[in-house]
Amino acid sequence: MIRERLDPAAEVLARAEVLADDLEMRSVRAFKEANPTALVVGHMPIYAPRPLFEALGCLPVAIFGAGDQLDIIRGDSYFQSYICHIPRSTIELGLSGRLESVDAMVFPSICDVIRNLGGMWKLLFPDRLSIYLDLPQNFDSAIGGRFYAGELRRIARELEKKGAKPLQAEALLLAIADENRRRELITELDALRREDPSRVRASEAYTVVRAGAALTARAHADLLDEFVTAAKQRHVRHFDNVRVVLCGSFCEQPPLALIRSLEKAGCDIVDDDFQLGWRMIESAIEVRDGEDPVDALARAYIEQGRPTASRYIADEIKGADLARRVRRLPADGVIFAAASFCDPALLDQPMLEAALRQQNIPFTSFKFAENTGQFQVIREQAGAFSDAVKLWGANV
Amino acid sequence: MAIAATDVSKDRSQARQKRMIADHFDKLEHAKETGKKVVYTFVPGNLTELIDALGMLPVLPEINALQSGMRKKSAEYIAEAEKAGHSEDVCTYVKCDIGMLKSGNVSPTGTRLPPPDLLLLSYTGCFTFMKWFELLKQEYNCPVVMLHVPYQADGMITDEMRRYIVDQLEQVVIPAMEQVAGKKLDMQELEKRLALSAKAEDDLVAVWESARHRPSPIDGYFGGVYYIGPIFSAFRGTEDAVHYYRELREEVTARMATGEGPTTPDGPTTNEKFRIVVEGPPNWTHFYDFWRMFSREGATVVASTYTRVGGLYDLGFRHDSRRPLETLADYCLGCYTNMNLPSRIDLIEQYIKRYDADGFLINSVKSCNSFSVGQLLVLRELEKRTGVPGGFVESDLVDPRYFGKANIDNRLQSYFQMLEGKKRKGAQ
Ligand code: SF4
Ligand code: SF4
Repeated sequence: MIRERLDPAAEVLARAEVLADDLEMRSVRAFKEANPTALVVGHMPIYAPRPLFEALGCLPVAIFGAGDQLDIIRGDSYFQSYICHIPRSTIELGLSGRLESVDAMVFPSICDVIRNLGGMWKLLFPDRLSIYLDLPQNFDSAIGGRFYAGELRRIARELEKKGAKPLQAEALLLAIADENRRRELITELDALRREDPSRVRASEAYTVVRAGAALTARAHADLLDEFVTAAKQRHVRHFDNVRVVLCGSFCEQPPLALIRSLEKAGCDIVDDDFQLGWRMIESAIEVRDGEDPVDALARAYIEQGRPTASRYIADEIKGADLARRVRRLPADGVIFAAASFCDPALLDQPMLEAALRQQNIPFTSFKFAENTGQFQVIREQAGAFSDAVKLWGANV
Repeated sequence: MAIAATDVSKDRSQARQKRMIADHFDKLEHAKETGKKVVYTFVPGNLTELIDALGMLPVLPEINALQSGMRKKSAEYIAEAEKAGHSEDVCTYVKCDIGMLKSGNVSPTGTRLPPPDLLLLSYTGCFTFMKWFELLKQEYNCPVVMLHVPYQADGMITDEMRRYIVDQLEQVVIPAMEQVAGKKLDMQELEKRLALSAKAEDDLVAVWESARHRPSPIDGYFGGVYYIGPIFSAFRGTEDAVHYYRELREEVTARMATGEGPTTPDGPTTNEKFRIVVEGPPNWTHFYDFWRMFSREGATVVASTYTRVGGLYDLGFRHDSRRPLETLADYCLGCYTNMNLPSRIDLIEQYIKRYDADGFLINSVKSCNSFSVGQLLVLRELEKRTGVPGGFVESDLVDPRYFGKANIDNRLQSYFQMLEGKKRKGAQ
């Protein structure tokens, strides 16, 4: 009660924490009980076309592994030591029965690990649907866009065969409208954090966004709305922190405690690529007059997709987007935080660093695993970075 | 992903391959003087016939990397790349290539490699390729053209996938290549080359099939990587490759007739004790040590998946000159690492049965998520389905730090002892 009186956002934040931590999938099971014929569609990072699933009457559930909450017993026996952690904990979630209510799993084409995990899913869970989502790397609407729209229709057909509702344009239009509202609220949340990071900490924004993993876009938008409204009423104390962009955590997620450690070390994370899927489409999905909404969904990915390691960047220098972002926010520097053994993030990093160096933007980097329990070294490193940026700015 | 001939055997085909490679590197060295355009591209799903038909010369960075591994240069190249900020966690082929570039871009044969006029980024079966050329793009001031090849996630090629690739070839890739080449693609020239490819592919399949004979006249992994050299790299679609594979087939047929086994680093073998199927790429820094761990025990590899990364001809695919662009699409889609895990398991099972193998071994490579993720499940599934024992070792492609020689040797010895025991029991 005292906490709530002190912080108008405390209650909604507490609710979000429960949802974000729901490894037992209680809310998903509750959905299943209320909608026994509806399907639950799990999807791996980074991005999946959630409005499509909602239009088919399915509940999309973003799966981010098990973080630091689960001992990995069986999952480890399926992977060699030099592979990132998220596939282990995802297999663990599956084999321990926690994903029993997930009827279909979608594996987007972001790296060889997620790709092969899709094949493993087929073998380990033959009664569930394992769908590979081949995101195009050709960004011409007439070529890659058409291919991707075909992919979306194929996936809809597969889900229909499994019991989803037939795909109707009106239902997809509604789902897109809901998604746009959610997107708008995430944009508002990001703006609030950017303008005044003491008002909304990155760890809070993370939690409120993550809370939507197993919610419909509409329910998530309501939650976001509540939080944003409450956060605006907060009385805040300002700290002399450095403003940083965090980059590289678009798939496997760092433990929340690690994000908090960075904050305690004096870093205001004013932008990041945590759970990037929610922000992958950079603005509202627009359906043109007479356009099939499936094509609009595909076009949004092609034309408004945010640059990230798993997306081919043809026409500009790698890292230009990151450097622009830093200038625009503005931020004082960049923290590269990639999951250990994450090929896309780690192969990208030297190119991004080069782009930052060219523009005299300071950066530091570390690696993590979702179940990392020791943050002392990272905290010290972030603290030293923050002090150095304060002292010397771009000359770090 | 394939290697060039060394002097393991003195066969005519080997001598021819050596000549072909030397000629190719010679042409590359003089490319600027002769005005030939140079295209850097990758092995799996390469568009060699197209490159050739436009009169351009391919450079395959993976082959340079593995050759650097064999010639003990990779450790220093990798160190160079790591010093420049590349993570120790990522594919060592990429780091080896970048290190080689930073050290002057001298090819494994000692000639200096010309910079690319075009980076042809067609990535089949591995996402790292995309990052690799994004990295190279920053080093060279040249155009890059991307061909995105969809994944066979459900174990088949669909019309939509084929159309997507053909669209890209027609509207993006070929126009970009023509611009660099400075001329239009002559379709007849392409068709001629595709027909030559199919001829060589027929003979290569006959070579793979010879391993069904007892003793097998070939080693389908260590020896096999020599056999795939021409067809996976710069020579598919050339008269040279047709001659090479015809000669190779004749040599293998002759060995079969006399009951000779494959040639190994220690000479020809006749004592085939174990017939093994191998999954995963070889290690290149200790290639001969690794090979000897097999040949010393009388173990012949009768089939391997690595030798299918540049085309699964033994499943029936042939380049078809009557449908040039569609056939290129099917080729790109059909490479081994573009198959989903269940299809890969089916294929290995098929190999174990078809080649009457006593065991199968997985060499799990640290660098390569494309191959390695899921291999422990592959092991379990195959043992369950075939009853044939599987072995598992871990190493790397070109980073010598990850080749634990004693450890791998011990594991292999125990594995072969186990196979021996099983055989003895079977005989009783
Ligand atoms: S953490 Fe990186 S390597 Fe691992 S699954 Fe995610 S994107 Fe792939
Ligand atoms: S990850 Fe594997 S397939 Fe990809 S480039 Fe590296 S070695 Fe080749």
